[in-house]
Amino acid sequence: MFTGLLDTLQRLGRAWLDFFNRLGRGNLFLLHVLAGLPGLLLRVRLLVQQIYSVGVLSLLIILVSGLFVGMVLGLQGYRTLVDYGAEESLGVMVALSLVRELGPVVTALLFAGRAGSALTAEIGLMKATEQLSGMEMMAVDPVKRVIAPRFLAGFISMPLLAAIFSAVGVYGGSLVGVNLLGVDEGAFWSQMQSAVELEKDIYNGVVKSIVFGFVVTWIAVFEGYDTVPTSEGVSRATTRTVVHSALAVLGLDFVLTALMFGEV
Amino acid sequence: MIETQEQDDAAILVRVRGLRFARGRRWIFDGVDLDIPRGRITAIMGPSGTGKTTLLRLIGGQLKPHAGSIRVDGREVPKLGHTALYELRKRMGMLFQSGALLTDMSVYDNVAFPLREHTALDERLIRDLVLMKLQAVGLRGARELLPNELSGGMARRVALARAIALDPMMIMYDEPFTGQDPISMGALVQLIRLLNDALGLTSVIVSHDVQETASIADYIYVVSDGKVVEHGPPEALNRSESPWVNQFMHGLPDGPVPFHYPGREYLDDLLDEAG
Ligand SMILES: Nc1ncnc2c1ncn2[C@@H]1O[C@H](COP(=O)(O)OP(=O)(O)O)[C@@H](O)[C@H]1O
Ligand SMILES: [Mg+2]
Repeated sequence: MFTGLLDTLQRLGRAWLDFFNRLGRGNLFLLHVLAGLPGLLLRVRLLVQQIYSVGVLSLLIILVSGLFVGMVLGLQGYRTLVDYGAEESLGVMVALSLVRELGPVVTALLFAGRAGSALTAEIGLMKATEQLSGMEMMAVDPVKRVIAPRFLAGFISMPLLAAIFSAVGVYGGSLVGVNLLGVDEGAFWSQMQSAVELEKDIYNGVVKSIVFGFVVTWIAVFEGYDTVPTSEGVSRATTRTVVHSALAVLGLDFVLTALMFGEV
Repeated sequence: MIETQEQDDAAILVRVRGLRFARGRRWIFDGVDLDIPRGRITAIMGPSGTGKTTLLRLIGGQLKPHAGSIRVDGREVPKLGHTALYELRKRMGMLFQSGALLTDMSVYDNVAFPLREHTALDERLIRDLVLMKLQAVGLRGARELLPNELSGGMARRVALARAIALDPMMIMYDEPFTGQDPISMGALVQLIRLLNDALGLTSVIVSHDVQETASIADYIYVVSDGKVVEHGPPEALNRSESPWVNQFMHGLPDGPVPFHYPGREYLDDLLDEAG
């Protein structure tokens, strides 16, 4: 009984130590990656390649999801608003939901599943097959050559993808609201235009997506680089990327929303 | 004192003294001394699991020893900073056991990789250099293939072409003979000799293939249990009095070298009830 308790305490303590250990390593790793960014100015091709595989290849899932999320918002919003005779505000509701919340958050979750997991698996496999080690012995720093371009590509792609998600979502909302349910088109768009504020809404949404992009990409490349170099290690690291990214995004979303719209 | 050190550096490329290195609680190296002379082929042999790959990583600065000194070309590797270490590595080629080719690039691009990273040569010149190196390993015709289309032996030869791309002062070969068929084996043995003599390289071969290694090495260190058990030219080792070296060099199943990884007595393990 007593030893059982001690055991549990010990395991708990170890888990905490492990957590802080990883956090420390993750931070040092981040510094190393950031130090590699200036060098990329001379090697734009590396960056463009990665923007393609991280960003462009995520485009399809973002377009399709954005469209459907927008259409669902249109349906649900209409049913609620019509009871109050306020269905002309549908545009406002759809746009604000997307720009403030769903755009950055859902994009970040999809991005973690589509691009983040791929980044982790790719880097982890490169480690497991000694490709990173081989680069080191060729005097090429793998953090600068492999990690830095991927990190920057993720960081750049995420806000753009979130913007595209929101735009497509608004279009989906208008498709359902205006074309299907018969909300007045002029009211839909003009109310949206006057209600959505550049600084308060759009700017804050962009800040969110930048923060999420930073965190998700950081988690993804770090998990890949820190992989236990076996097939099991790669699979675990990939899972961890998706789970940790999702938790980080949702947790940070609450914090950021409280800071931005809390108005205490 | 300084004088002799300099003379030493002129003749000895890699000098290891009192090397100690542990993995977990197990000492992989426990006081290893060895000298790798310039311009020669030195082999480091020992049963698998003795730490031959680990030794190459220590020399290349990827691992830090717990004690002892590793000097390469007059520089103390464990004490070098990032930049100095990377400068030194440009002049060290290493052939990994797996080849470690970059899987998203063709054979051609793999060999061109170090040239593109470290030189500002123009693509036409790079092409000539790459084709020369690939010709040397007999794979010029395979330049369009991707690494996953190569056999293990071919991948190792591509990796060799890549390792010599920057004309290094030394090459470290990790188990170069495993996975080669008899023909490419013969060619590879000749190639290592040729590269060493024609380019004035220093070669370090780490291997447990006794026959092939003994046939080209100028000098052999036999390592076991964290120590150098014997060293000398191949002929001397072949005639060694030591029963251990005798068993290893002639591949005898019975002798002082244990086939088993250290552990409990077999009988005790069997009698022990599960759980
Ligand atoms: N990453 C590692 N972590 C822990 N132990 C390792 C690791 N790599 C190798 N070892 C251990 O170090 C010893 C030497 O390994 P290695 O240098 O690969 O041997 P060799 O190349 O001579 O076959 C082995 O017993 C192995 O179990
Ligand atoms: Mg080995």
